[in-house]
Amino acid sequence: MNFEQILNLFIQDTTQTSVGLIRPELILCGTILSLLLVRLFSIDRWITPSWVALVGAFVAFGFAATDFLALKESGGEVVQELFTGLLVFDRFTAFFRIFLMLFLVLVVTLTILSGLPDNEDGPDFYTLMFGATIGMMVMASSNHLLILFLGVEMTSVPSYVMVGFLKGRRVSSEAAFKYVVYGAGAAGVMLYGISLLCGLLGTGNMSLMAERLELLTSSGDSIVSGTAIAVMILMVMVGLAFKLSIFPFHFWCPDAFEGATAEVAGFLSVASKAGAFALLVRFALAFSSGDAGALQPTFLYIGLGVGVIAALSATYGNLAAYSQTNVKRLLAYSTIAHAGYMLMGVSAVIVLMNAPADQMSEAAANATRALEGLLYYLAVYMFMNLGAFAVVAFIRNSIFSEEIDDYAGLVSVTPILCVCMLICMFSLIGMPPFGGFVGKFMIFASLFEAGSVHWVMWLVLVAGGVNTVFSLFYYLRVLKVMFLDPRPADAPDVDVRWGSLPGFYTILVTVPVVILGVFVQGLSSTAQNVASVLFP
Amino acid sequence: MNSEYILPIIVALPVVGAILLNFINKAQEEAMRVFAVAISAITFFLTLQAWFNFDADATGMQMVFNAAWIPNWNINLTMGVDGISLPLVMLTSGISMLALMASWSIKKAVKGYLILFLLLEAGMLGVFVSLDFFLFYVFWEVMLLPMYFLIGIWGGARKEYAAIKFFLYTLVGSVLMLIAMLMFYFNSGRSFDLLYLARVGQGLEQGYGFDQTTQLIAFVLLFIGFAIKLPAFPFHTWLPDAHVEAPTPISMILAGVLLKMGGYGIIRIAFPLCPYGAQTAAWALVAIGAWSIIYGAFAALAQTDFKRMVAYSSVSHMGYVLIGLGVWSINDTTGAGVNLQYWQMGLNGAMFQMIAHGISSAGMFFMVGVIYDRVHHRDLNKFGGLMGKMPLYGGLSIGLFFAGLGLPGLCGFIGEVFVVLSSWQYSKFLAIVAASGVILTAGYILWAIQRVYLGAEYKGPHADEITPINGRETAIATILLALAIWFGIYPAVLLDVMDGSIAELVQAMDEGYQRVVDVTAVSLKQ
Repeated sequence: MNFEQILNLFIQDTTQTSVGLIRPELILCGTILSLLLVRLFSIDRWITPSWVALVGAFVAFGFAATDFLALKESGGEVVQELFTGLLVFDRFTAFFRIFLMLFLVLVVTLTILSGLPDNEDGPDFYTLMFGATIGMMVMASSNHLLILFLGVEMTSVPSYVMVGFLKGRRVSSEAAFKYVVYGAGAAGVMLYGISLLCGLLGTGNMSLMAERLELLTSSGDSIVSGTAIAVMILMVMVGLAFKLSIFPFHFWCPDAFEGATAEVAGFLSVASKAGAFALLVRFALAFSSGDAGALQPTFLYIGLGVGVIAALSATYGNLAAYSQTNVKRLLAYSTIAHAGYMLMGVSAVIVLMNAPADQMSEAAANATRALEGLLYYLAVYMFMNLGAFAVVAFIRNSIFSEEIDDYAGLVSVTPILCVCMLICMFSLIGMPPFGGFVGKFMIFASLFEAGSVHWVMWLVLVAGGVNTVFSLFYYLRVLKVMFLDPRPADAPDVDVRWGSLPGFYTILVTVPVVILGVFVQGLSSTAQNVASVLFP
Repeated sequence: MNSEYILPIIVALPVVGAILLNFINKAQEEAMRVFAVAISAITFFLTLQAWFNFDADATGMQMVFNAAWIPNWNINLTMGVDGISLPLVMLTSGISMLALMASWSIKKAVKGYLILFLLLEAGMLGVFVSLDFFLFYVFWEVMLLPMYFLIGIWGGARKEYAAIKFFLYTLVGSVLMLIAMLMFYFNSGRSFDLLYLARVGQGLEQGYGFDQTTQLIAFVLLFIGFAIKLPAFPFHTWLPDAHVEAPTPISMILAGVLLKMGGYGIIRIAFPLCPYGAQTAAWALVAIGAWSIIYGAFAALAQTDFKRMVAYSSVSHMGYVLIGLGVWSINDTTGAGVNLQYWQMGLNGAMFQMIAHGISSAGMFFMVGVIYDRVHHRDLNKFGGLMGKMPLYGGLSIGLFFAGLGLPGLCGFIGEVFVVLSSWQYSKFLAIVAASGVILTAGYILWAIQRVYLGAEYKGPHADEITPINGRETAIATILLALAIWFGIYPAVLLDVMDGSIAELVQAMDEGYQRVVDVTAVSLKQ
């Protein structure tokens, strides 16, 4: 095969298959360009940038949905590598795309309603947000260690700017700076791990990782120990843990959330977590799928370690949230705790996949259920966390404060926002009949199942249960202030009522939290279907 | 009406009512109150319908409703009643209706109150009719949210503290229950069906079974969860706070219905699913029960707050339930039950005690509420002479307090005497302890009656606001007193319904225990 043939093959692959399957990403790129052009040619006097962004997000959502439905209907196990194996397109990719696009639509709508970026700043703001979203979609579909790194960075860099978007506010600048420094450190460690892994395996393609690792260790005179491989893998995970704000890589999170606006904090807390979880699952399954052979105990211990970190993260987040007086800061710690719960699901997946063969007969089926739990949790988390941040944003617009004490007696002025906050927070605690309970139940169930592989997972389960009780206090403290305390006489009014658009939006975001708690079967089946594609 | 759908309708009706309440104008408080009472009355008549549908001679569950909920996880909406749950369903709907009638004293944010109340009622009814563990758990938790706000918003001076304490205690119990639930789920081939799980626990299903360790751990987890609700001695401290701070109608619900869930959970879930665990821990149940009786009674004697005294009397009365549940003697070598008819009597007594306490304690709390509405204090030492000022109120109150005391001819007597008699063959010492509890009960109740109703004249604050009891209040108190007398004179009306199911339970537990011990013995030999 000469060079020209290779080139032709490459062009064919790119134009005929690959480009067609990244339509949502392309639409977002197009939207970014038109946002910039709109300002360049002063069209933004007639069309506000936010509407351009909303239309772009909607169209991308439409394409993502079509792709997903087509894939679901075809029924086959479609796993298609794009761009010579850099990206992968399967149901898992499609699920996260639809998830991220839906979330983008909701967040853009929220920014329109809360009027956060004015027309002047709009193009910048939406460019950053859309750029970060493209990064997340790349993360979710990544099939190569290089793309893994690119995806994380593409998400991080716009996020740094978005956190500091309120120019001239010291808190924001400080938060953004902190975020950058931590991000750079984590990226460095991750890149080091990637380069070690690539050098060792001779490829960065994640679908080949398990195979190569087995080759390396099965030949008698192995040049590399299991510990060394574990260290490399953990280094890559550090970068992801930073994006997930997992303890002990969480320090940026409370400051960044407090400094950023509620809309940005809501965006970061859900979307970047979803992308990072998708990537973490892909990465974890890349090395542990299939028959790991001699490395199986190593991977099992990595899984247990992830479980312990998850338990610590949940505990830390919940305990640290107690003393907070700022709602966004409190929600930041709650985010850390929830990342911990979801990471428990990932650890269950790793442990179940690496169970000794004689202990677990249906490892793949059980791991599918664990992953189903994670996906369900993420879906509910999107609505309940966004709902909470939306309420914070709308209240801020009226009372110009995000201190919990200033929420006293709000139920008497804006019952609609307060009831939505109540539903979101009870769902965050994990109370039925709200969706948060179902997600938590699924993850706890898979932890219990993983406990039969190794008893440490039972301890993780107990930690999860204890944390549910811990978390009760601080969520209820906010609700107590809103519902039980009297409204001070001189407190400003909050004008969000039934008929108003913000009220309608909050209901729109909150209703799915209830629906997902009662009508579980639909999403559960979808999530199972999506998860199963990763366990051929 | 098709009896298959009667239970889901009973559970759903209050929810529908709560949703409809949203559409009534906030200003029309009277209309909302009447509407809520009407909803709860319809619910009550539907449960009455279920009562008449019920065939006491048939075995097993009746009026069973089954629909798939989450097939992926084998979770179903299974509902049904037997002789154990049906009286409690009746109690729940009846007390809820009376408590709503007692809610005219609530003046603040009436709409929110009524909505939360109806949601609470749905949760309570759901707990008693669920036959799927997951569904049971969901209803169990669903009650927490309305209860937190009902205590926290409409409660007394320390309402916030009491509300969060109640929430926290119950949530701890729920988490333990969740872990036990997962243990059953994964050891039974993924099922939450309580009837199936009971067969697995009793060793009746091939291929699955809960071994002795699993049963013991699960029983302890479940027992703590239910003992918190009951409440039994070391887990009871939420109760005085919650009962005292809650508004009167909610105290009625708390004492009348919520406490019964602990006992019901033990008898419906912890016992049949873990016969081995239950038998092994039986002595602990009895010991905790006996201690709760004495402790609760002494604590009640020491109170100066009228409502707190009634609250501690609940701790004491629930001790009888635990003793009645626990008096299961076996032959140590064979594992076969000894004198099982006494245990059956104990279970009957425990169940009867739950119903009787539901009526008498709801009545006592209501009576305390009536006087509190007028004089705005509850200090036992500042009352006196109410009999002269409010003769009708005084008479009804004394009747209800005597029912709580366990005076023969009133409902409290039957449960206590059954429990004490059945405990004699289990341990004579315990029988003496339990019986002496009755003396202490008589002590605090008579002393309270003396300080509140008797005496020359009322010398406490707000003396001029004492008005005779009104018609609505009279109606509630009369209904409760009439029930107390009816069940006291003719207990068969309840016992006939309960006895068949309880006999079935006793037999299944006895055989199940022997099977579990046997299976382990066989596997040891191999």
